[in-house]
Amino acid sequence: MTVTVEKPAPAAETERSARSLVDAVFRAREISIAGALVLLVLFTWVAEPRFLNDQGVKDLLLNAAILVLLAVGQSVVVITRNIDLSVGSVVGLSAFACGKFVSGTDHGVLTVLLLGVVVGAVCGLVSGSLVSFGKVPALVVTLGMLYIIQGLDYWWAQGEQINAADVPQSVLDLGSGSVLGLPYLPLISIAVLAGTAYVLRTYRSGRELYAIGSSPEAARLAGVPIRRRVLAAYLFSGAVSGFAGALWLARFGTVVADNAHGWELTVVSAVVVGGVAIVGGTGTVWGAALGALLLTTIGSALAVLKVDSFWADAIAGALLLAAISVDRIVNVRMTRALRKRSAR
Amino acid sequence: MSQSVPVLALKGVNKSFGAVRALRDVSLELFAGEAHALAGENGAGKSTLIKALAGVHRPDSGEVLLDGEPVVFHGPADARDVGIAVIYQEPTLFPDLSIAENIFMGRQPRRAFGRIDHKAVRAQVAALMARLGVDLAPDRPARGLSIADQQIVEIAKALSFDARVLIMDEPTAALTGSETARLFAVVEALRAEGAAVLFISHRLEEIFELCQRVTTLRDGRWVASEPLDGITQDDLVRRMVGRDLEELYPKQPTRVGETALSVRRLTREGVFRDVSFDVRRGEIVALAGLVGAGRSEVAQAVFGVDRADAGEVRVGGTVLRPGSPTAAMDAGLALVPEDRRQRGLVMEMSIERNIGLTGLDRLGRAGMVKRALERGRASDWAVRLQLKYGSLGDHVGVLSGGNQQKVVLAKWLATDPAVLIVDEPTRGIDVGTKAEVHRLLSSLAAEGLAVLMVSSDLPEVLGMADRVLVMHEGRLVAEIPRAEATEESVMAAATGLADEGRAA
Repeated sequence: MTVTVEKPAPAAETERSARSLVDAVFRAREISIAGALVLLVLFTWVAEPRFLNDQGVKDLLLNAAILVLLAVGQSVVVITRNIDLSVGSVVGLSAFACGKFVSGTDHGVLTVLLLGVVVGAVCGLVSGSLVSFGKVPALVVTLGMLYIIQGLDYWWAQGEQINAADVPQSVLDLGSGSVLGLPYLPLISIAVLAGTAYVLRTYRSGRELYAIGSSPEAARLAGVPIRRRVLAAYLFSGAVSGFAGALWLARFGTVVADNAHGWELTVVSAVVVGGVAIVGGTGTVWGAALGALLLTTIGSALAVLKVDSFWADAIAGALLLAAISVDRIVNVRMTRALRKRSAR
Repeated sequence: MSQSVPVLALKGVNKSFGAVRALRDVSLELFAGEAHALAGENGAGKSTLIKALAGVHRPDSGEVLLDGEPVVFHGPADARDVGIAVIYQEPTLFPDLSIAENIFMGRQPRRAFGRIDHKAVRAQVAALMARLGVDLAPDRPARGLSIADQQIVEIAKALSFDARVLIMDEPTAALTGSETARLFAVVEALRAEGAAVLFISHRLEEIFELCQRVTTLRDGRWVASEPLDGITQDDLVRRMVGRDLEELYPKQPTRVGETALSVRRLTREGVFRDVSFDVRRGEIVALAGLVGAGRSEVAQAVFGVDRADAGEVRVGGTVLRPGSPTAAMDAGLALVPEDRRQRGLVMEMSIERNIGLTGLDRLGRAGMVKRALERGRASDWAVRLQLKYGSLGDHVGVLSGGNQQKVVLAKWLATDPAVLIVDEPTRGIDVGTKAEVHRLLSSLAAEGLAVLMVSSDLPEVLGMADRVLVMHEGRLVAEIPRAEATEESVMAAATGLADEGRAA
């Protein structure tokens, strides 16, 4: 069968404006987060000029780097209408495993990073298999994995701690070194971020993740390999978390059993604040990364302003609720606006 | 043509879902260059048959033959890859993704390194839209599309690849006359190029217009396969129903009582304006008009699902609080919505639960629901509406479309309403069930219920309504009494050609 074009398709003006409306809404989300970020930084800088000296900026970027990585991994899962609550534990396990592996001996940085990725990928494989093939709800599976991995980590560590003195200099250099004044960690995060964004946008497999999150039923009828894609999303989230664990070791040198304890919720908040809908199907990893940057910057700013750190959590919570409410309202309004446009 | 090997065929196929035997020893042959109709009442197994051809369901026994060779489809992708395109009855789109992505999901044209060629995707979609003669921008998200437009996206999806077999399950249910004509022209062109077509429609005229052969199913069994040339519509209906069809529009004469529903100057910006009408007890009033004229929107606003910007609604003399379906229900309004899957039913819940939903406070005490009361209510209504089901505990989703509609009706009739608003009460429902729904509406009106019926099915409007209100572009343009209502008079008003004689 051939597609015969009888006349060029005259895309109606209203249709075009409908699309630009949607674009505008999503861009508005990213712009407003960026705006809030700028305001926050400016305000803190005025109150405490040291906030933006060389070291201050470096600290901001370093603090954000790991959360951004985790947010990227989490986004990929959330886009498919799932969730991965085990990321905090995975970071802990991977950091400890890498620490054990390197203590006393220098295996080279790349081997360490690879080990982190493998540890994380194995965790992701387990969660992903249970969710995709076992059809167990993601919330239950990953909550279970959170405790299982944490327990495993405690049992292995037995209260032991890995100190910076045990970690070879080559690994620590990765955490503290920089190129052209830019620390390695944020550069790595940006690279992973950009790569993921590109795949999500430009490859069939990436678009299919959105399809699954938007309508699983339609995805099934369209022949999307749902289980394979969901498994891959978990595998990716696990691998990225494991990678982040290795970077954690490089950054801090000191590692205990419950390193990233409680981070899973921060990561989910960052993702949702960044505009990835918790019900799947929409959002970008760029937005999620901005969300992560905003949350860590709030933490840093409050520390600089000498405000109790628990306020950071409260603010993160408030932002999360606000983001979800905004999502909901925007969703309703946009549907209505699109209906009106197509009604004419 | 039938001397050659069929492109796609089913041989002795059986399929059961739990205790329900959906298909029993069914065979079907589709030939290249032939349009084949599949006829049967709702629940006859048509949708299951299609899903067996499309790789959604695996037959329990029997074979699917492709070019005479047995094949096994492990999923919809397998069927698609051998050139089987399916348009399902209910559009299933990705609301968050663009129309272009909806059409090409999983099959996007690619550039080097497997990257999606977004430009090519858009261009091909634009070409498809031009071919279908519609104005839908490829980049627009599917969210908020009307059902007709959603159906068009589904059709474009099916046309977007080299289909050897095109299967269409009720593609025209939501389309207007001109859109249907367009679709048929495209199908004819495909057929001339050698594609095999399987077509399902409840509109028998369409079957006779488009197809050469017909296979009839009844209760999951094969009844007949024959050329359409030698048979009449009545013959076909007899095969489907297994009995002669009595009156399809059994309108009883009723005594019209006092005004039950009174709508004054109801307005919703950009949707409809200045709509006023009354519905009296014992009356069936039809709200007719073209797709997009604002009929359903008026119904929604009257019930309070959508908030009207101005105007008032009175039920039995009391003014309704705007934007509150609860208030509307308390006042005795009931709304059977157009989209029963999304709005009429909770698909994952059982039949009895669904029927019980509108009366939770009456089905027990202190916020607790008594299962016995719930079941009693459900079985009463199931009997009254002649619902066909396995068990009241079954998911509503397993019922056929007509029976789902009966559940929605039961759910609302159980609230003992004074005014019943039904939006497209028989869309996608077979002739047999359609007649049952009509008989039910008619007897309800005879009992003194006021019925407001939104419908785009013209024979239904003419056959059932005491009065016809016609909308055109968001305004009520005519009120036509039963005696004067003809296809011509209603269509003239609906297309805006009416002389302003009886403008409401």
